[in-house]
Amino acid sequence: MTFVYLLVFGFAATAVLGLITSWIDRKVTARVQYRVGPPFLQPFIDIVKLLGKETVIPEGASKVTFLIAPVIGISGVIAVATLFWVNQFFSEGFVGDWIVAIYLLAIPSLSIILGGFASRNPLASLGSSREMKLVIAYELPFILAALVPVIAAGGSIRLSDIINAQAGGVFAGNISGILALIVAIMCVQAKLALVPFDIPEAETEIVGGALLEYSGPGLAIFRLMKNMLFFTLPFFLIILFFGGLRLNGINILWTILEYVGIVAIITVIRNTNPRVRIDQAVRFFWGPMTLLAVAAVVLALKGL
Amino acid sequence: MSLKLKALLKSPWVFHLSTGSCNNCDIEILDCLTPRFDIERFGMLLIGSIKHADVLLVTGSCNRMSVERLKVLYEQVPKPCLVVAIGTCAGSRGIFKDSYNCPVPLDKIIPVDVYIPGCPPKPEAMIAGVVKLIEKVGGA
Repeated sequence: MTFVYLLVFGFAATAVLGLITSWIDRKVTARVQYRVGPPFLQPFIDIVKLLGKETVIPEGASKVTFLIAPVIGISGVIAVATLFWVNQFFSEGFVGDWIVAIYLLAIPSLSIILGGFASRNPLASLGSSREMKLVIAYELPFILAALVPVIAAGGSIRLSDIINAQAGGVFAGNISGILALIVAIMCVQAKLALVPFDIPEAETEIVGGALLEYSGPGLAIFRLMKNMLFFTLPFFLIILFFGGLRLNGINILWTILEYVGIVAIITVIRNTNPRVRIDQAVRFFWGPMTLLAVAAVVLALKGL
Repeated sequence: MSLKLKALLKSPWVFHLSTGSCNNCDIEILDCLTPRFDIERFGMLLIGSIKHADVLLVTGSCNRMSVERLKVLYEQVPKPCLVVAIGTCAGSRGIFKDSYNCPVPLDKIIPVDVYIPGCPPKPEAMIAGVVKLIEKVGGA
C-alpha cells in the first residue's frame, strides 16, 4: 500500500498537478506581459525533450554527487507530497509528521546546493552559496509561520489534527492566521526561487546558477522537482491555513479557488518585482518577516 | 519520427552566440521574444547556459578570436542540436569576405542546418526560417 501511495499520489498525481501549475504560471506571466504564452502541454513536452538529450558531465566534476543530486531532490519532494496526500485522504498520519514535513521540504534546496558545488563551475558554486544563504534566511520565519496552525490546533504536531481542527472554521480567518499566511507565502516564494528571491538562479547575472552545468535527464529531474514543489508548497499552505483539500459538494470549488489564488498571488509577485540582492533578502526575512511571524505566534497563543 | 525528435521540435530552447557581429542581428533576435512576435507560443525559450540549449543561433562573421570559442561551445551542446546561421555575415561572411580576420565561413567550421540571410534579417524572416527548419527535420 505504501508503494501505491508513493508512486500514484506522491509521484504521478503531484507531477501532473505540478506541471499544470507551472503552465498556469507561465501563461499568467505571458498575459501580464501582453504575450500569448505557451500551449497547455508545453511543460510536459519540455520534460520529455530533456529526458531524450545527452548528459554532459563537466571535466573534473565530482561524478557521483553530480548525478545523484537530482535524485535526492526528487525523492525528498515525493516523500513530502506522499505525506500530505496520505494525511489528507487516507489515514491519521503519525505524531510529529509536521516536523518531518518541514525537514523534507528543505531537501530540494539541499540537493540544488549539492549539485551546484559538485559541477565544478565557478558560477554554479556562486549560485549554490547564494542558495545556502537564502535557505538560512527563510527557514526561521517559515517555521514560525507554520507554528501558528499548530498552536491554533491546540498544540498538536500531527497534520491530520491540524486539518480536523479547521472543520469549524479555517485558520486563515483569524488575525494570527492571516499574518502567518502572508509570511508563509513570502517564504514559499523564496523556496521556489521565484523572482524577487531568484538570487540563486539570476539568469542575467550568473546564467542560471546551480543548474548551469546540468543537461539532459539531470536537468529534466531538477525541473520536474521544481514543478512538483510548485504544487506541494501551496498544498502545504492549504493544509495549514485552509483546512486541507475538501472535495465534498460545493467545497470543491473553494478548494480550487484557494489553490489557484495562492498560485496567482505567487505569480503576480514574481511578475511585478525586481530581483533583490542577497543581503537585502536576508535582512527582509530576518527583519520584518520574522517580526510579523513572532507577532502571529503571540496572537495565536492569546487565542486570536 | 521518434518521440525524442518530436519533443525536441516542440520545445527548442535557443542559445544565442555572437561571433563578432555588429549587434544588429542580436537586437533583432531579442525582438522575437517581445509581445509582438512572442516565440514562446512555439515553446522556444532564450536560455543562458549552453548546456540547456537545443538550437544554436550564430550571428557574426566568425573572426579569428571567436572561432576557437565557437568550436568549444559547439562541443558542449548536448546532442541532438541544431545550428541556425542568422544574418549575411554568419551565412557567407558578407562584406568581410576579403578581410584578413575572417578566413573561414561558418559552415566550414560547424554543420549549419538553416541560413537566414538579411542585414539584419527581420524577426518575421527568422521565425519563417525556424519553421522551415522544423519542417525539414520533422519531414525527414
